Amino acid sequence: MFIRVIKDKCTGCETCLSSCPYDAIVIKDGKAEITELCQLCRSCLTVCPEGAITEVEEESDKKEKGQGSGLWVFAEQREGVIAGVSFELLGAGRRLADILGTKVSAVLFGYSETGADELIKWGADRVYYCSEEIVKNFNDEPYAALLSDLIALHKPEIVLAGATPIGRSFIPRVAARLGTGLTADCTALDIDAETKNLLQVRPAFGGNIMATILCPHTRPQMATVRPRVMKRGEYDASRKGEIIKVGADDIRSRTRVIETVKEVSEVAVNLQEANIIVAGGRGVGGEKGFQMLYELAEALGGCVGASRAAVDEGWIPYRHQIGQTGKTVGPKLYIACGISGAVQHLVGMQSSDIIVAINKNPEAPIFSVANYGIVGDIFEIVPMLTKKIKEMRGV
Amino acid sequence: MKIVVCVKQVPDTAEVRINPETNTLIRDGVQSIINPYDMHAVEAGLQIREKVGGTVTVVTMGPPQAETALRETISMGADNAVLLTDRAFAGSDTWATAYALSRAIEYLGADVILCGKQAIDGDTAQVGPEIAEFLDIPHVAYIRKIDDVQNDRIVVQRLMDDGFDVIESSLPVLLTVVRELNVPRMPSLKGKMAAKKAEIKKLSAADIKAEENKLGLKGSPTQVRNIFAPDAKKDRRMVEGTTTEKVEAIVKEFVGLKCL
Repeated sequence: MFIRVIKDKCTGCETCLSSCPYDAIVIKDGKAEITELCQLCRSCLTVCPEGAITEVEEESDKKEKGQGSGLWVFAEQREGVIAGVSFELLGAGRRLADILGTKVSAVLFGYSETGADELIKWGADRVYYCSEEIVKNFNDEPYAALLSDLIALHKPEIVLAGATPIGRSFIPRVAARLGTGLTADCTALDIDAETKNLLQVRPAFGGNIMATILCPHTRPQMATVRPRVMKRGEYDASRKGEIIKVGADDIRSRTRVIETVKEVSEVAVNLQEANIIVAGGRGVGGEKGFQMLYELAEALGGCVGASRAAVDEGWIPYRHQIGQTGKTVGPKLYIACGISGAVQHLVGMQSSDIIVAINKNPEAPIFSVANYGIVGDIFEIVPMLTKKIKEMRGV
Repeated sequence: MKIVVCVKQVPDTAEVRINPETNTLIRDGVQSIINPYDMHAVEAGLQIREKVGGTVTVVTMGPPQAETALRETISMGADNAVLLTDRAFAGSDTWATAYALSRAIEYLGADVILCGKQAIDGDTAQVGPEIAEFLDIPHVAYIRKIDDVQNDRIVVQRLMDDGFDVIESSLPVLLTVVRELNVPRMPSLKGKMAAKKAEIKKLSAADIKAEENKLGLKGSPTQVRNIFAPDAKKDRRMVEGTTTEKVEAIVKEFVGLKCL
């Protein structure tokens, strides 16, 4: 494929120039021209008022669609604890598999049959598990080799994994080895009604832009999914499924885990598990302001988070940071105090069920994601809110 | 020791926006920078060279103007810079990018390959691990510390959600690095002089003996179907009234939502 300007239609109006992220459009002799800088991103196709920019298919673009059936979820564990995102993927996977009329299988490494059983109860129809020593700790090579082998043997149509340090590290190796596409860090998944392809939605450019990605020709279609954006399915203790043990012959590793060091910050863990988060930004003004937020959080039984601005000012430690470069959270209630709502913050909290924003600037972008917006002074509103809540709870 | 660092020239993403009406990128006045994570990879390469000796070669795949990014890394102290540029690379997704870079690294030869953990325009974190797979060498992602480098092995700390793992790997190895690893140095005056004079080696698809059907859009399994602006919540409303009324209204909502 390539992008072409239909010279007869082009009026030389220059509208297309700023649409190109790669500076690949120039005006030559009064007409637009696509240069060799073009990365085929298609951004320019829709901007031309004359419809003069078009994509041209080449013979070599046509490909046979790969084969596959079934949806797989890679369920990760660390030190015998199955990651929460695995259950979320089973919830999402169940929904997609039902649309496709196919089965959900889970793959579990470094765990016993009890873990496999747990995954069945969370919605898997079948679980492949491997409890060999070589996959007990996470190393990229054996994980990638074993998962690739299983995929090559059983040919699933879709493979999902958590966008965690483990998933984001070894799943790319699997995609590279199988010669198929992988979409990182998805925030929404769906099935295209017509083609049955997996629609993979993910943020790009630091969350300023969302993109829908397809893997139209090769199978499986692979995606890593951000934790806490998908809802878990129903837990059913009586659910039955098929459990298959797999070996790990001929699997090697050139890396070795010497030691695992825990540096658990209780706050960070609590933030991700919290039902209620009270978060502050630049408007909080300092450590003293955060004290006020702690009081509100305590009254509500919640935790305190912060925007990057507040962390950069040194008012609160990094482990409280929520957003693109901090934690992604999804509580039932998120109260944003004095947070303007930069996109980088929004991507870390917009999957919260209910968002309350308090900000003195009525134009603050945070209001665009807030279910309840309050324009006002946080130093007036927050203490009053705390007092009211304490009264109601009879404290 | 041969150290190769992969860098990417990216738009400064904090400035990139989308026009919600036309769903097109607005990039007026957006600067090109070296991906910030890659700066830490360059610094790590220089520090390894200082410790065990060798050469640091920086490689990027991109259009001809990516040369400015390469000169910047030479001003920091890199020995060589290589620009992988060819019309055939246009439209590459992570798979095709990693394939092309792996061919270039094969051509250059490397004991340690360093990449930033991800690029800030795509945020995929996939190219590094995929290069390692194409080269059939081990990789360790999210490196926050390099404990030890020898001629045949390396010990590093991998950042995890709940702490870190200490990992030993054989060489050659590919590492992707996080910001905690180091503070990238400023260019020296001598470096700036060197950067001006440096000859940037250019490699084409033919030079690296890449298979044509694995390059660019043709070699990319994934496609962007469309881009759009992040959507705002639909059920939003502003709470009006005096401060007391606002507080009372919101507390009432909390009770209704069973938050209290």
